[in-house]
Amino acid sequence: MSHFSAAMAARARQLVALYPEPRSALLPLCHLAQEQDGWLRPEAMEEIAELVGVTAAEVRGTATFYDMLHTEPVGRYVVAVCTNIACILSGGAEMLEHAERRLRVRVGSTTEDGLFTLEESECLADCDFPPCVQVNHRFVRTTTPELFDRLIDELAAGGHAEDIPPHGTLVRVRRSGGLRVDRADIARERAAAEERSS
Amino acid sequence: MAVSMPTKIVTARLEHADSHTLERYLATGGYDGLRKALGMTPAEVAAEVDAASLLGRGGAGFPAGRKWSMLKKDPLTYLVVNGDESEPATFKDHLLIERDPHQILEGVIISAYALQVTQAFVYIRGEFALGLERMEEAVNDAYRQHALGSDIFGSGFSLDVVVHPGAGAYICGEETALLESLEGKRGFPRIKPPYFPAVIGLYGQPTVVNNVETMANIPWIVLHGGAAFAAMGEGRSTGTRLFALSGHVNRPGPYEVQMVKTTFRDLIYAPELGGGVREGRDLKAFIPGGVSSPWFGPGQVDLPLGQDEVAQEGSMLGSGSVVVMDSSTCVVRAAWRITKFFFRESCGQCTPCREGSGWLERILYRIEHGGGREQDLDLLMDVCDNISPGVHWPPQQTTICVLGPSIPPSIAAGLKMFRDEFLVHIKDGGCPFD
Repeated sequence: MSHFSAAMAARARQLVALYPEPRSALLPLCHLAQEQDGWLRPEAMEEIAELVGVTAAEVRGTATFYDMLHTEPVGRYVVAVCTNIACILSGGAEMLEHAERRLRVRVGSTTEDGLFTLEESECLADCDFPPCVQVNHRFVRTTTPELFDRLIDELAAGGHAEDIPPHGTLVRVRRSGGLRVDRADIARERAAAEERSS
Repeated sequence: MAVSMPTKIVTARLEHADSHTLERYLATGGYDGLRKALGMTPAEVAAEVDAASLLGRGGAGFPAGRKWSMLKKDPLTYLVVNGDESEPATFKDHLLIERDPHQILEGVIISAYALQVTQAFVYIRGEFALGLERMEEAVNDAYRQHALGSDIFGSGFSLDVVVHPGAGAYICGEETALLESLEGKRGFPRIKPPYFPAVIGLYGQPTVVNNVETMANIPWIVLHGGAAFAAMGEGRSTGTRLFALSGHVNRPGPYEVQMVKTTFRDLIYAPELGGGVREGRDLKAFIPGGVSSPWFGPGQVDLPLGQDEVAQEGSMLGSGSVVVMDSSTCVVRAAWRITKFFFRESCGQCTPCREGSGWLERILYRIEHGGGREQDLDLLMDVCDNISPGVHWPPQQTTICVLGPSIPPSIAAGLKMFRDEFLVHIKDGGCPFD
């Protein structure tokens, strides 16, 4: 019984086929699992392991290296406040304190209603709008406490459904070009390339 | 102060709100460079890039043309584009990926043709959700336009491009760590030698790794010729470059300016650029090329924005990010925050970096918070010396990759320029800026 839904499983197979080596699909598949479940469940890691031909421990060992992959549940909205150099010069630390007070959680925790997880982030590369805040990896540019509070209120009321999808959904554009049916295509291409050059 | 604003290359289209769309791209000369390139031989295209003397825009500044020429001949080679921009205060690639993905993609296709590569990967930082969507859309558009896939524009040349999302790790901007990550592993940098990507890269095959901004320059270079590009700038630093200006300036932002012909003073103070230090305060120090670079003081503000010019003064232009710190800045706090970043992002393979970054972070934290001791200043330099022997610039290293030697510069520069400020923290038992 597949942990991925039928539609997700089809996308998963498509992702694996994009790469010359299946293991390359490991991170994209972890993102896919987070899109389905909001976080990276053990069952998903087991299925990813099968899809790319490694052990579940290798998937976990790889996933835990990366900040965006959560092996424990997180809120519907992951709020990241940057306190790196450009932001700390422009109120990043104060913004993080404000976010803790507003959401009534410590950094790294999730609100009781499961709606918000607060994270202190490293530089997010939007330093001309400090302090930088992202929600589910969308730049929200709430550069003052008032703007931040308003956004939190709107999200809590179910707003921004269009521009800020639930945590885990990273890329909503589906690849339509250059899709391969199966990995044999890659093998054929490679053989043709070798033939041409020899 | 008047700054001569040069021809815009990589930001030319950004005045249009819809600069990321195929329609706008085609209406502003999009894919003309590719059509022209496909009418040339691959060697002729590579020769134009070589003539442009385009220095890599990722951080190391290695000439792109030379990098291409070093690719080991092999039936199977790859092109990998580094869009994992994570160097603190660097936000130029973010802009280019989100606002002009087709320009990058056209650069990728032209480069792949010049290198005769049939599979390319564009690795984009996972936190750039919108950028990932726009690049994926651009790739879809390109396939529909026959600018990607089999027999591009009827030329016989074929290429597939995969947009690959990162998942949150600074170290994956290091090219060999990026390749490991692209292979589905932890972002552990590989040791060079033998793992020079041009010889042993992705899946063990020869691979060219180029930065996003480097790729964005390629269509213009092919259309206008390498000589036209090299006519801008001066010496080895040719063309324009997109600088990310942040910190205590009135107008933080990304600015495309001519290299060498523009100085740090222009960038920080010119009304059409940084517009001066915020609230009329004095400039205390600035970081010239990402947090891995040694800091400069007001005395170096007239240096030109050129790779060699900055190197001669003991720092680097690096990732093209300039952070301005005014007189209200606590340098201990600034150095602590930068060091905390490296501690968090060290991949953990090498002991000097993994342990040293944590030791340095804790020492700086206690100085900032009133627990510092006078011998701490020597201790800081001693730990730095274990990571980067001699603590000089350009640095030596005891680690696999350059993350290690990137840790000491802010501490060493801070101590050299503002030793008294560190001592006041220790003597007064706290931060004088609180």
